[in-house]
Amino acid sequence: MLILECPYCGVRAEETELHGGGEAHLKRFGPGSTDDEFHDYLFMKENPRGVHLERWRHVNGCGKWFHAARCTQTLEVFGTYSAQTTEPPQEIKDKISAKRPGWTWREFKG
Amino acid sequence: MSKAVSAMNGASFAGLAKVTETGLGGMITLRGDFASAKFQTAVKAATGTQVPATRKIAFGDRGAAAWMSPDELLLLVDYDSADAVVAKLSEDLATEHHMAVNVSDARACFAVSGDAAREVIAKVAPVDLEAGQFEAGDFRRTRFAQVAGAFWLDETGSFHIVCFRSVAVYMYDLLCTAAHPQSKVGIYA
Ligand SMILES: [Zn+2]
Repeated sequence: MLILECPYCGVRAEETELHGGGEAHLKRFGPGSTDDEFHDYLFMKENPRGVHLERWRHVNGCGKWFHAARCTQTLEVFGTYSAQTTEPPQEIKDKISAKRPGWTWREFKG
Repeated sequence: MSKAVSAMNGASFAGLAKVTETGLGGMITLRGDFASAKFQTAVKAATGTQVPATRKIAFGDRGAAAWMSPDELLLLVDYDSADAVVAKLSEDLATEHHMAVNVSDARACFAVSGDAAREVIAKVAPVDLEAGQFEAGDFRRTRFAQVAGAFWLDETGSFHIVCFRSVAVYMYDLLCTAAHPQSKVGIYA
């Protein structure tokens, strides 16, 4: 059972209170982008075995979206953080680095 | 104007705990900036209490204010006064970004009381109901089996649940099933 602490209401919510929102920190490519950019935006999602950054929503709770950093292989959770950011905060990067030295995820690394 | 009635017309069931539909309640969804002085004054004027702390419910002489999210409160007032309270809130907050809506008729309210009340709630909601973890004045939005709901505990040990009116029958049947006399687990005994 995955348990994530919602950074908005502080509840340690188990999975059934939450709804997964897919990959975190997506940059939207819409009107004005090239076909390749739009294709990659739509279809080329990260699907790592290991460190992953995701969006989650506390749907059966305060209703807010937030971010989570976790390991898809072990289900270990490194931390959760605000949705109002375009990259993981240093504190979260440090927490990941402590457990998974040398990690990388898209353009981010420890 | 037709006579307003609640979804379950006050149905009640006595099992491990007593389950009661508590009838019509005035409920207002209020969104805005909790840090704003105008917002705080408006909440006080509407309910007689302050903006509650995170995951708490605060009671005043005219109603209560429950913490729904960092920018949303649920105000509980008399059913008949809800429209007037919304009008006053809209006036008080006219110059602020906010939303105040009377949602009374979109909701149903239940109470679960008695010795096994904690156990009955714990069977259907993924919340730690151990004494000390959930106490009087605590407020929690969660799910009850398959439907969304929020609840709080009062000073007398009764739990109060609010959910959408469209799922009132489901909620009532669910609580009655969890309170079935032969379904005791005894975890909080
Ligand atoms: Zn939350």
